Amino acid sequence: MSTRLATAGRLLDRASTMEFTFNGKRMQGHEGDTLASALLANDQMLVGRSFKYHRPRGLVASGAEEPNGLVNMGAGAFFEPNQRITTTELFEGLAAESQNHWPSLEFDVGAVNAKLSRFMPAGFYYKMFIHPRPLWKHVYEPFIRKAAGLGRAPTEMDGSSYEHFYAHVDVLITGGGIAGLAAALAAGRAGADVLLVEQTAHWGGRAPVDGAQIDGLDGDTWVKETVQALESMDNVTLRNRTMGTGVYDHGYALAYERLTDHAPDQDGPRHRLWRIRARQIVTATGSIERPLSFAGNDIPGVMLAGAVRDYAVNFGVSLGDRTVVVTNNDDAYRTAITLKDAGLDVPVILDARPTADGSLVQQAREMGIRVALGKGIAHVNGAKRVTGVSICLQAGEGSEIEEIACDAVAMSGGWSPVVHLWSHCGGKLIWDDAQSHFRPDASRPPLGADGLGFVVPAGAANGAMSTAEVLVDAFQAGAAAAKAAGATGKTGRGPTGDTPKEEPMAPVWLMPQGASYKLRSKMWLDYQNDVKVSDVQLAAREGYESVEHTKRYTTLGMATDQGKLSNINGLATLAGALNAPIPAVGTTTFRPPYTPISMGAIGGEARGELFQPLHKTPMHDWHDANGADWEPVGHWRRAYAFVRGAETVEQAVQREVTNTRENLGLLDASTLGKLIVRGPDAGKFLDMLYTNMMSTLKPGRCRYGLMCTENGFLSDDGVVARIDDDTFLCHTTTGGADRIYAHMEEWLQTEWWDWQVYVTNVTEQFAQVAVVGPNARKVLEKLGGMDVSAEALSFMDWADGTIGGFDCRVYRISFSGELSFEIAVPASQGRAFWDALLEAGAEFGVMPYGTECLHIMRAEKGFIMIGDETDGTVIPQDLGLHWAISKKKDDFLGKRAQERDHMTDPTRWQLVGLETTDGSVIPDGAYAVGEGVNENGQRNTQGRVTSTYHSPTLGRGIAMGLVLHGPDRMGEVIEFPKVDGTSVKAKIVNPVFFDPEGEKQNV
Amino acid sequence: MKRYSVFAIAREAMRQHAGWPRAWASPTPKAKYDVVIVGAGGHGLATAYYLGKNFGITNVAVIEKGWLGGGNTGRNTTIIRSNYLQDPSAAIYEKSRSLYETMSQDLNYNVMFSPRGVIMLAQTHHEVRGYQRTAHANALQGVKTEFISPARVKQLVPIMNIDGPRYPVLGGLWQARGGTARHDAVAWGYARACSDMGMDIIQQCEVTNVLTDGGKVTGVETSKGKILCDKLGGVVAGHSSALAEMAGFQLPMESVALQALVSEPIKPCMDVVVMANTVHGYMSQSDKGEMVIGGGTDGYNNYTQRGSFHHIEETVRALIETFPMISRLKMLRQWGGIVDVTGDRSPILTKTPVEGMFMNCGWGTGGFKAIPGSGWAMAELMANGHSPLTEEFSMNRFRAGKFIDESVAAGVAH
Ligand SMILES: Cc1cc2nc3c(=O)[nH]c(=O)nc-3n(C[C@H](O)[C@H](O)[C@H](O)COP(=O)(O)OP(=O)(O)OC[C@H]3O[C@@H](n4cnc5c(N)ncnc54)[C@H](O)[C@@H]3O)c2cc1C
Repeated sequence: MSTRLATAGRLLDRASTMEFTFNGKRMQGHEGDTLASALLANDQMLVGRSFKYHRPRGLVASGAEEPNGLVNMGAGAFFEPNQRITTTELFEGLAAESQNHWPSLEFDVGAVNAKLSRFMPAGFYYKMFIHPRPLWKHVYEPFIRKAAGLGRAPTEMDGSSYEHFYAHVDVLITGGGIAGLAAALAAGRAGADVLLVEQTAHWGGRAPVDGAQIDGLDGDTWVKETVQALESMDNVTLRNRTMGTGVYDHGYALAYERLTDHAPDQDGPRHRLWRIRARQIVTATGSIERPLSFAGNDIPGVMLAGAVRDYAVNFGVSLGDRTVVVTNNDDAYRTAITLKDAGLDVPVILDARPTADGSLVQQAREMGIRVALGKGIAHVNGAKRVTGVSICLQAGEGSEIEEIACDAVAMSGGWSPVVHLWSHCGGKLIWDDAQSHFRPDASRPPLGADGLGFVVPAGAANGAMSTAEVLVDAFQAGAAAAKAAGATGKTGRGPTGDTPKEEPMAPVWLMPQGASYKLRSKMWLDYQNDVKVSDVQLAAREGYESVEHTKRYTTLGMATDQGKLSNINGLATLAGALNAPIPAVGTTTFRPPYTPISMGAIGGEARGELFQPLHKTPMHDWHDANGADWEPVGHWRRAYAFVRGAETVEQAVQREVTNTRENLGLLDASTLGKLIVRGPDAGKFLDMLYTNMMSTLKPGRCRYGLMCTENGFLSDDGVVARIDDDTFLCHTTTGGADRIYAHMEEWLQTEWWDWQVYVTNVTEQFAQVAVVGPNARKVLEKLGGMDVSAEALSFMDWADGTIGGFDCRVYRISFSGELSFEIAVPASQGRAFWDALLEAGAEFGVMPYGTECLHIMRAEKGFIMIGDETDGTVIPQDLGLHWAISKKKDDFLGKRAQERDHMTDPTRWQLVGLETTDGSVIPDGAYAVGEGVNENGQRNTQGRVTSTYHSPTLGRGIAMGLVLHGPDRMGEVIEFPKVDGTSVKAKIVNPVFFDPEGEKQNV
Repeated sequence: MKRYSVFAIAREAMRQHAGWPRAWASPTPKAKYDVVIVGAGGHGLATAYYLGKNFGITNVAVIEKGWLGGGNTGRNTTIIRSNYLQDPSAAIYEKSRSLYETMSQDLNYNVMFSPRGVIMLAQTHHEVRGYQRTAHANALQGVKTEFISPARVKQLVPIMNIDGPRYPVLGGLWQARGGTARHDAVAWGYARACSDMGMDIIQQCEVTNVLTDGGKVTGVETSKGKILCDKLGGVVAGHSSALAEMAGFQLPMESVALQALVSEPIKPCMDVVVMANTVHGYMSQSDKGEMVIGGGTDGYNNYTQRGSFHHIEETVRALIETFPMISRLKMLRQWGGIVDVTGDRSPILTKTPVEGMFMNCGWGTGGFKAIPGSGWAMAELMANGHSPLTEEFSMNRFRAGKFIDESVAAGVAH
């Protein structure tokens, strides 16, 4: 049984007590515990169920590599599934539930899968559930989906907040073990800006647990002193509870800081995502122990030897009273010695190697621990916890020589460097035969833009396995990184360590070596996903030989631990099955993040209304307070209509149209793009961008212009005003402002870089109001200040002046067919100007109107709208806009494209007006059908609707559309099927429905 | 071929699964084939499969530089739908979708096609009009889709926040018979069936040159030596420009990274696939329980199969808005694939200036769904020199300006 030892526990505050619950059961732990250590202290061996077979699962590890200990935690807005209990610090009131079982952890119906496991080998679902066809969707899959998944889905809006930090450093060091600390010492002394991050709450990593001696001090003391020394350096920043998450191109790295997970009552963000630009990155991420593959290695109570030691030393917790140690290396002897020292029983150390006589081995022997060489475990006995082991010869086939009762097994298959961060961005690995692991190949690091390496591996992460080697390697790595980052200071002498001499480990990928199928089908490689040795062997036999195929076929390494424990064992098993050397099999790709990070942290502060930038016009608040029905347009919001009292949105729109046509309307047009194009070559530049001639425009005049892409398609339109000889102001659509600005810059920077032109986006510098309707001039004259008469300011003129005391620029342009002035004032004056217009306009029947009214009025006039009449496939010629395409210019963007075969094809659909025969409104997006079907059996079409509205002015449905030979077919009636099976008929007419002579606007 | 079935499993269970044969052979290349397909992604394998199945052409080699299915076929987010706007697209994608319906039975390999429905959200008035247009077009194209109300969206996807502060859901284009399939299984199922017809799938073999004689293709140079053929099909996705260059012509194509990510698995909470194009994100839940998430392409060309993190940020942010509950899930893994994007974002299935050489590429961000249809059509094109399904997708369309532009309806086409 697992219990709390009498000995201290180096990370615990034994004086404090914390209450927590697990599956509703009340338990106690201490400050400094992880949830895992606290559960063990309460003899909670069973912590979860596996994914596929629902096998009972206990803890196997003590850190980020733990595959089994995952729980649902918290409640409501703070609920979170799949919390790894080995990296969850205990806090008062913590409430956790185990996952993936029904009805309970102890009794799980899903465990029947384990009984059926022989029918469910790797890839069984590819071979089953094929017939009868409908059953997959309706029966099999729903069943599989129900059984799959781990934690529960959260249901509420996240109650926590998150933030992003930015850091620019010379050297980022990931990992705060002795390697990271030594590297930081070197880099810090050299004068580099250093950021050192450590994923746990503690500095020093494994070394203090393993009894390292450094510079004559014990591990804890050295770590403490070194951290103090680093903290006193101005150029070094230390952050614990911060995990190096990923390494990306160009020295970009992410770190994930967990600020309040351990103290949920504390204010402030829960997680912080550090976005780091580092000149050099040192990966001092340590190494992870590998399990051994013996039958029953997944039974609760079987744990990595290093983890057993961690729980004993750090948390004063014993996994069991009698622990059998099984190993292929010297390091696991430390566990036996530690347990023995703590007064626990270690009946035997099973060492698969034929000989072993290192100093640790000797020490164990001297303590009276039995050491059995050349032996292994044939199988572990027990179901929900270990009750004993059967011992066999490692070299044999698994015949039992002896059975030993025990309640825990500590296993060690050797150590693998954590190479994830090294590999994320292309660092290559080499196979180290002596240690049987992949480690970074220093000669093939990830490369930066300069073609030089920017990641340096250090310490155990680089394959250095003893304290002495780690310190030398890491100090050098830190110094090298600092130097590469440009730091020139002296690093001085590095720390040195003492290490007992260890003998070589021996690779053991199968225990025993000749294990039968029966044993192999009980040897777990991937604990969470239930992948066994026999599964990998089956995959290889069936031809899934590439390591990626094997991974995907068996799901090896695809669980939430991403194969931290299983990958190397799986590869070795595959290599064995293929009779190939391990390095020839290779590894799967290491992808960020190192361990899972919260989506909340990725999102950062930008959430809710501000998850994207939000642009507001100066009049925004007025709109909001006056019934605006908002519609998103780009990053703006525009009022679709201003709803009054009990009217519907549709009624509001109709009212706005009628009022603007009869009295006076105001439109907040501030969102329209405004680009100033300036310089001696401005005219020449605009001649290239617009299809029209802009260079001939006179100062004081405006011209409506069209812009096309290189492919000839119409992409934006707007009014261009010439301010003076060198200066133009180009209006774009609301959605087009940023896009067209970028478009202009792209051409200026890449093609016409020698032209003397500057473009400035002044969209948000001005508020702009369209004053529209028969009373438009009256209200401006009432406000007074400048002459806006037809004589002084004729159609398509603009002028600077003041109105009602506001400095402004007035454009006499119209998108509605009404008398209309668009007036720009400095943004800071926008709201005041708007208010002044409303006040002065009251006697003239002023009403603001929204975007839908704007759309209807322009459609009544047959004006095209970018995004309605155009969709990226339409050229100006389709829209009857030939008049806006200069014939005099040699070139403009899109000209050559518009000469291509398909662009000049007379069967291109052309713009017309459409009038329903029954007065109804054609549905948006309807197509006009033609005769018959095409070669692919699709109904032939001869046109489509591009804009369709109920016109309050005309009291009927009107539409614009593109129709085959449309302009030549005036008066013809064509048919538009609706999706409900009925159809509507419409007559082809002139697209200008209202005031074709333009009498209303030219007054 | 040993047929897969529940009975076969039961039989094998009694003998330790020792009797399963290799799913596909691993042969050394012959000197010459009738047809060589370059690229053992889904499209290459499907092309080979239908050459055999529909035209009896089985003296075929599929040559793959890495491992079969290891390109984008093995890294995509597996959305299958056919609610495209333009006629040529709707035709080939719907053909493809309908072939998915029976693929498991056809291949005797469970590819787990799951028609659980796809919703494309309309979150601006512009999108509403766009999807209504698509719904009208689809009705005439024989593709079953429907524009549905926000209430219906909510009913189909209870975890969605349809009242988002910035982009409330105004409706959606719903294709009930769209869904997902298991990507690897599609490649493996085709490979097994091709191998069974006697075709050679040659992995770890890179094509390094295209051999021609008098403007006609004669074979390829590979890392495993010269392999001759009468007809050559290039089906290499992101590396198509490189292959075209070997044959001496150019393709209007760029290669950019497209990324995806998955959360840790959770119990089922979302059955349908949701795409939100205004905010650039889409999400589905896999049978394992992971939330599978994708967004837009990177803004620069590259071949590294990695992408820039800021895209991941944008996508996740967008989806937190749409599905607030994911904020407390964790990202388990992110990855990227290099997608082959053409000038109009539609694929190229075409004869080439080299006689006997054909290209099938440009599927970009959305070609998983097209695998069977593309294979079907490409096989027809290669065997007969003509296919109604590929007609409009010829590479000559760029010269004529006859684009097939789907961005009309959706920003990204997954
Ligand atoms: C992140 C992501 C998400 C996606 N999501 C979706 C989705 O949800 N729905 C959807 O429909 N589509 C999606 N796609 C797109 C889809 O994955 C691809 O369009 C499709 O898989 C392409 O298949 P393919 O067979 O053409 O290419 P690939 O699978 O890439 O196959 C091409 C093969 O050619 C090989 N090759 C290249 N050069 C050579 C050479 N010289 N010699 C020999 N072999 C060579 C490559 O190794 C590769 O195996 C997504 C793509 C990505 C990257």
